[in-house]
Amino acid sequence: MAKVTGPSAKAEVSSKRELFPARPVDLRRAVKVGLSSGAAAVFVAAAGIVAKPRLGDIHIVDGVVFGYLILFAIPAILGHVAAKPPPQLEGFEATRPGPRNVLAGVIAGVLTGAALALFLLVAGNINLRPVLSNVSPPLIEKLSFGQSLGVAALILLGSGTALGLAGGALHLVPPLWRRAVFGGLVWVFAIGLLEDFFDEVLGNMGAGYVADFLYQRGGGLASVGGLLVFALFAALYAYLGHRKISVRTLVDRVPEDQRRGARLLIGAILLVLLLLVPQILGRFYSHTANVAGIFLLMALGLNIVVGLAGLLDLGYVAFFAVGSYTAAVFTSPGSPAFAPELTFFAALPAVVLAAAIAGILVGTPVLRMRGDYLAIVTLGFGEITRLIVLSDWAAPVFGAARGIRQVPNITIPAVGFEIVDPQHLFYVILVFLAFAVYASYALQDSRMGRAWMAIREDETVAEAMGVNVVAAKLWAFIIGAVFASLGGALYATQIGSVFPHGFAVIVSITVLVVIITGGLASVPGVILGSLVLVALPEILRQFEEYRFLIYGALLIFMMLNRPEGFIPSRRRMEELHEEEVGQDVWLRTQQERQSTEAG
Amino acid sequence: MAEAVRPQKTRTVQLPILDSLLWLIRIAAILAVVWGSWVSISSGRLTGQQWRNLIVFGVSQGSVYALIALGYTMVYGVLRFINFAHGEVFMLGGMTAYFVTDGLSRTGLWLSQPWLSLFIALVASMIVSTLVAVGLERVAYRPLRGKPRLIPFITAIGASFFLQYATGGLFGVAFKSLPNSEALAGSVRFAGIQVVKPQLVVIITAILMMIGLYLLVEKTKAGRAMRAVAEDAETAALMGVNVNRTISLVFAVGGAMAGAAGMLFAVVFGQIFFFSGFVPGIKAFTAAVLGGIGNIPGAMVGGLTLGLVESLGPSLVLTGLGVRAAHQLKDMFAFLVLVMVLIFRPTGILGERLAEERT
Amino acid sequence: MAILEIKDLSRAFGGVKAIDELDMHVESGEIVSVIGPNGAGKTTLFNLITGLLPTDGGEIVLDERNIVGLRPSQILALGIARTFQNVRLFPEMTVRENVMVAQHCRTRAGVIPAILRLNRREEAQIRKKAEETLAFFGSRLIGYRFDQTAISLSYANRRRLEIARAMASDPRIVLLDEPTAGMNPRETQEMTDLIGRLRDERKYTIVVIEHDMRVVKGVSDRVVALDYGKKIADGTYEEVAHNDRVIEAYLGRKAVAEA
Repeated sequence: MAKVTGPSAKAEVSSKRELFPARPVDLRRAVKVGLSSGAAAVFVAAAGIVAKPRLGDIHIVDGVVFGYLILFAIPAILGHVAAKPPPQLEGFEATRPGPRNVLAGVIAGVLTGAALALFLLVAGNINLRPVLSNVSPPLIEKLSFGQSLGVAALILLGSGTALGLAGGALHLVPPLWRRAVFGGLVWVFAIGLLEDFFDEVLGNMGAGYVADFLYQRGGGLASVGGLLVFALFAALYAYLGHRKISVRTLVDRVPEDQRRGARLLIGAILLVLLLLVPQILGRFYSHTANVAGIFLLMALGLNIVVGLAGLLDLGYVAFFAVGSYTAAVFTSPGSPAFAPELTFFAALPAVVLAAAIAGILVGTPVLRMRGDYLAIVTLGFGEITRLIVLSDWAAPVFGAARGIRQVPNITIPAVGFEIVDPQHLFYVILVFLAFAVYASYALQDSRMGRAWMAIREDETVAEAMGVNVVAAKLWAFIIGAVFASLGGALYATQIGSVFPHGFAVIVSITVLVVIITGGLASVPGVILGSLVLVALPEILRQFEEYRFLIYGALLIFMMLNRPEGFIPSRRRMEELHEEEVGQDVWLRTQQERQSTEAG
Repeated sequence: MAEAVRPQKTRTVQLPILDSLLWLIRIAAILAVVWGSWVSISSGRLTGQQWRNLIVFGVSQGSVYALIALGYTMVYGVLRFINFAHGEVFMLGGMTAYFVTDGLSRTGLWLSQPWLSLFIALVASMIVSTLVAVGLERVAYRPLRGKPRLIPFITAIGASFFLQYATGGLFGVAFKSLPNSEALAGSVRFAGIQVVKPQLVVIITAILMMIGLYLLVEKTKAGRAMRAVAEDAETAALMGVNVNRTISLVFAVGGAMAGAAGMLFAVVFGQIFFFSGFVPGIKAFTAAVLGGIGNIPGAMVGGLTLGLVESLGPSLVLTGLGVRAAHQLKDMFAFLVLVMVLIFRPTGILGERLAEERT
Repeated sequence: MAILEIKDLSRAFGGVKAIDELDMHVESGEIVSVIGPNGAGKTTLFNLITGLLPTDGGEIVLDERNIVGLRPSQILALGIARTFQNVRLFPEMTVRENVMVAQHCRTRAGVIPAILRLNRREEAQIRKKAEETLAFFGSRLIGYRFDQTAISLSYANRRRLEIARAMASDPRIVLLDEPTAGMNPRETQEMTDLIGRLRDERKYTIVVIEHDMRVVKGVSDRVVALDYGKKIADGTYEEVAHNDRVIEAYLGRKAVAEA
């Protein structure tokens, strides 16, 4: 806390500095960050991320493997975090970066290094494997760099300290350059990690020679390639930062009357790019894109239920299952009880109808519940759905654990073209997605959309202001259910069969993570969320084991630090940072008052 | 600009339709239960002994639910917050029990002092779960106190999955089988009923834990602080109660109970894995709601009721209704109970707090 | 002609009778102030009229029609709109959207017309009406303010927005719950004028709960005083202000005896 004035009242307040001294970097916080950093590093090692074959030794840049990189990134990044100056209050002098930042970074680094060293000494002498199943000899070997345990422990301590120092010292670099360095490093990491993906994509674009130049086959980026990528992106970030260019400034730069035209132009370019996507991605990655697309469809639906109407539905997978099973029953010749063997599109009305009914069935009993109760009850409905399709009781219709096989491919009506290739299925999914995105925007700015938001904000007042809460909530559930069921139907035909185990609660959680991380009630956020959180794990299959671990950590992180998501809807940002806005408003009203009093 | 008031078509029907629909569900549910039970009992498919076994099983299962439910209900009582990750606290208690018993079974103690060994495992489980629960509150929930209600809840969902998969990552994802204990083999005749020993151990331990909890909450200063914070945190703070410490204590006590439950669960079923916390967690929450959330005796009553309903329900009702392989629908039955309770009696059996209550 | 008639209305919380066999009426086009000490049941009365609380007994008759048991949204549709004592807006929605929501019961486009974009004309009307309603408050809530979120408004503007929201529902009766609470003298004066304008320009019938006696004096055609859920006085401001029972309710029995 700032001391306002010294005891000697005589001392004239000569400068702003004395009144509002800058708040120094908090070293006690640095110790805390250091301890969590140490815990994180040991956890990463003990959970097997460092030494698992095919995971720890993915080459990123010439000889640098993923395992070490992630392990040593921890002290560097958290050293940087530990050295972060405390948030600046209005009117306070800005903290100047100085030796204290470096010191904080070193503290965090030492603690991280020490934790790792201690872990190595313990694990090297005692067999921890019966308890920690991933603390294997290869891990010990990796951590000891081929040295004796004592020497290796010193190396860990030293490198931790050095990296913490580097992370802290980064604060001394002007922000522009800091961003450039970070940006460059992140892209080197991403492009190195996604070698297979970029290789394929560049090949399909007829630029295979670029890949040949950048990568060592199977060994990550070559040193030259790595340097080039780093230089390129660092320069890009430096340029953008220097010119203060961001998406928003670019949008603002377009004159008001040309915005519509600009939007159309961007839309057209985007459309052309999207149409080229399957060619660029190739067969395998098109399949990945399809999975992400199906999840995106679901996420757009859940975004209406959770993001707009504020009804936290944890059993969303139920509607996905309803869509899949309805599509399977109506189209597959292998459906046990009733097999009309319709085509995909002929079965769609049945899918939509079934989803709407399911939406009403789930929605009606929960109409009067609020918040977390609603969440748990919908979770219950999700599990009930799964348990029913899994049970022998319902086996005559749904085939129990055997599921329903032989779900046919989509055939385009009129043309009679059967879609076999995932690259073609992509276009079908794209059409559904285009519809869903369009409908999301249309609904957001409609009478019902406003009713949903009003219910989300304050249900009692919404009702008192004439909103038919019952109807609005049911419609939210119905629309959400329809979106999810369409996703389910597409999923069934893509996989060619449906099984109960595909509809576990984790699907609901995944979709929830997507919309929360992306940004609730923000369509671009939801799109980005499903690209990063669904497509990326599908590409990086090696991480499958850790996928939900990361999701869980991400949820906690987002709620603690950025509850509005990465691409927030503007309003949400203001709501969740109410205090800051409150400050702004206070300042503004003060100014207004002054100006009115003056005038 | 006075506008002529347009005559309004009014639709007075919505609520009655909804209400009658709910009544219809209620009557159908009661009819199904009565009819199914009547058919089952009159058919005499199960013998008296089999029914008694189901009851004993239900009671022991219910005691485990009751112990977990205590954590949900106490935390809800003070923070109005559903600690979704509580099931994982329970699972980690079971995991600890596995590692301790597994370690002890390599020493002579397991054979020479079976009861002592089990007791050590119980204490260790309670300690670990307590630490996890308190740590969770400190790291994930405390910074979010006072935020809109769904934010800490979503954090808890995240914590739940993080703990599950962190456990999987650190300790492996395979099922872990606990060693057999001499002490728990066989069965005892108790008041004319044959009870297998593990179930008896579960029931007795649970009773002891609950008596301890009762004494803690009703007779100690810390317990009084808890009740004061549950009643009104702000006023309690003004009266000199350290609210943060009291909330930590609530999480600690809830964690200890869940740890004990985890140990008992692992002992009865003989195995545990990283996903073991999920379903019992939700069921225990159901039990807490059933008994009236925020109400400690309610959690106990709710746990026992749910245990019995789940154990008897499928055989009694579903089989009578002609459902094949009714035991597969045991979990579904528990979820249905949750849904029904929240629709028709959101206050639970003993509770007075409303599920619809606003923040 | 009485537009709103309350007969024998009762409501208890536990053992406390918040409203106790209350009878009162409101004539079309008048401004009635409801006064009374804290806990007299004023806000409960509003909650009962607007259907937010169920009644224990009695009738609330709007144009010869008993509205007890209707849902709040239906009561709004019949023409009774209100504001809240502790300003309850939709904080994340924009100023304009807040007002647009109130037209929900006067419009009809549902989900499917919205997706098919058949709602454009109606949307344009809703929007236009919202902007016109906001313009009633001079320049305070228009222009760039249309697109600001409600939460970013100053306190007095939030109160104004809440009134605008009530106005947009085309009410016949507007219930204002302490519209000047927390306002400075200048803003209070402005609000007093505004209440008069609402009646004169918009032809609303207005019932207002108010503590500030200057406001009560300034706006009321008639004043109703409540205490312990019962009506203790009903008449012009002068009559009620000098009524012994009212003074007693505010100052306590002893004060009256001494006076």
